Amino acid sequence: MPGEAVDNAIAVRGLEKSYGDTPVLWRLELTVPWGEIVALLGANGVGKSTLLRILSTQTRPDAGTAVVAGLDVRCQASAVRRNIGVLAHSNFLYDDLTCLENLTYYARLFNLGNPQQRAMDTLTTLGLSSRAHQRARSLSHGLQKRVAIARAILHRPRVLLMDEPESGLDAGAISGLRETLKDWTASGGAVMMTTHNAGIASSWADRVGILANGKVRFPDDNQSGSLDIAMAVSPIAANSGMLG
Amino acid sequence: MIQFVRPILVVTWKDILLEWRSRDLVVSVLVFGLLVAVMFNFALNVTPQRVTAFAPGILWVTFTFVGTLAMSRAFVRDSEQGGLEGLLLAPVSRDAVFLGKALSNFAFMLLVETLLLPVFGVFLDFAVLSWSLIATVALATLGFALVGTLFSAIAVQTRSREIMLPILFFPVALPLMIGAVEASAAAIGVQPGSVFSRWWPLLGAFDALFLVVCPWVFGAVVEE
Repeated sequence: MPGEAVDNAIAVRGLEKSYGDTPVLWRLELTVPWGEIVALLGANGVGKSTLLRILSTQTRPDAGTAVVAGLDVRCQASAVRRNIGVLAHSNFLYDDLTCLENLTYYARLFNLGNPQQRAMDTLTTLGLSSRAHQRARSLSHGLQKRVAIARAILHRPRVLLMDEPESGLDAGAISGLRETLKDWTASGGAVMMTTHNAGIASSWADRVGILANGKVRFPDDNQSGSLDIAMAVSPIAANSGMLG
Repeated sequence: MIQFVRPILVVTWKDILLEWRSRDLVVSVLVFGLLVAVMFNFALNVTPQRVTAFAPGILWVTFTFVGTLAMSRAFVRDSEQGGLEGLLLAPVSRDAVFLGKALSNFAFMLLVETLLLPVFGVFLDFAVLSWSLIATVALATLGFALVGTLFSAIAVQTRSREIMLPILFFPVALPLMIGAVEASAAAIGVQPGSVFSRWWPLLGAFDALFLVVCPWVFGAVVEE
């Protein structure tokens, strides 16, 4: 895997982001080594999506540094985008284009060779070849999500950033996604995902972090791991003592 | 150079394909343009004696309304399922994204104007097949497409995007409108004078200015 000289897939130091007077991320420190899946748990509104948006160059941090695949998200945004695959709440698909056309469009934007074949290969990998010529509009939410996963991995990024990747997927698709992510990290890539599902976080991820009070903590580092995970998805916990 | 042009064409291709699939934009805008032309024809009681004085103004008021309607939809499809977000996550310069969108808007407007011009030619009795008129339409439409694309990107992020676009667009497009009306008047022989000497250079200067400024501002607009 290129870029092995870089120790970590993601390295965040002193990251801060506020919306108006409301701080969301505060002196946040985080590293994600190559070959690992790191899952972030946290209640609604604690900044999970904001952190992913910063790492994917969509939002500028107020302070601190974030380095993804050895590239600074502020100064080398375009190069970062080439190295990341993003799965967000929106599926980024055009309803009136077929699955194949959607992926071919993104393959062309990423300047991939033989874009249509690449798109078809990726759909086949995810078991979607029979849906290739169906318009995105005609697919169920779960199938659209699977096409969105295909879009995220289409250009074979080194780092995958996924916001609640399991949402909307049936049990079979969740299992398939888990295998895809395991293969991904086995080949040296890294995955950072957010989720509300503590079970998925603990079974998929090499490390589970909890985002609360603007910071990420890893319960494995102390004795109250399971309690912390339970607290992380509790809205009461999220709303108490913010940045206190 | 190819690296810069390729994403522009990819974005334009996608917009044209989407429009071909639905045809909602071109058809609705065309019908709207025809209705405006008919309404002007009756509202102003255009007689053969007065037609030449009114023709350029009617033409460009209609094109501006039609353009505004088309521009208001420019980023709607992209924002519905996060397509714009997906586009901005690709390793493509913001300039290329903007120019791709502007090129597709330019193509849509030109298509609608090409279909509307013969209708105006019949209603208002002027020669449509004039190279100077066609060049005037192309020059002014380029400017409209550039400014309209920028303000469409701004308006789509607001709640009241339908009303926000004309409020932002009309004041900035006014110099283009004036230049287009005057150049069209000269081209169809309503006013004496040459379009070459005065109005084309003005339209060209505005196009050049917008070609530089709009992509730069767009980059700032889409950055959070």
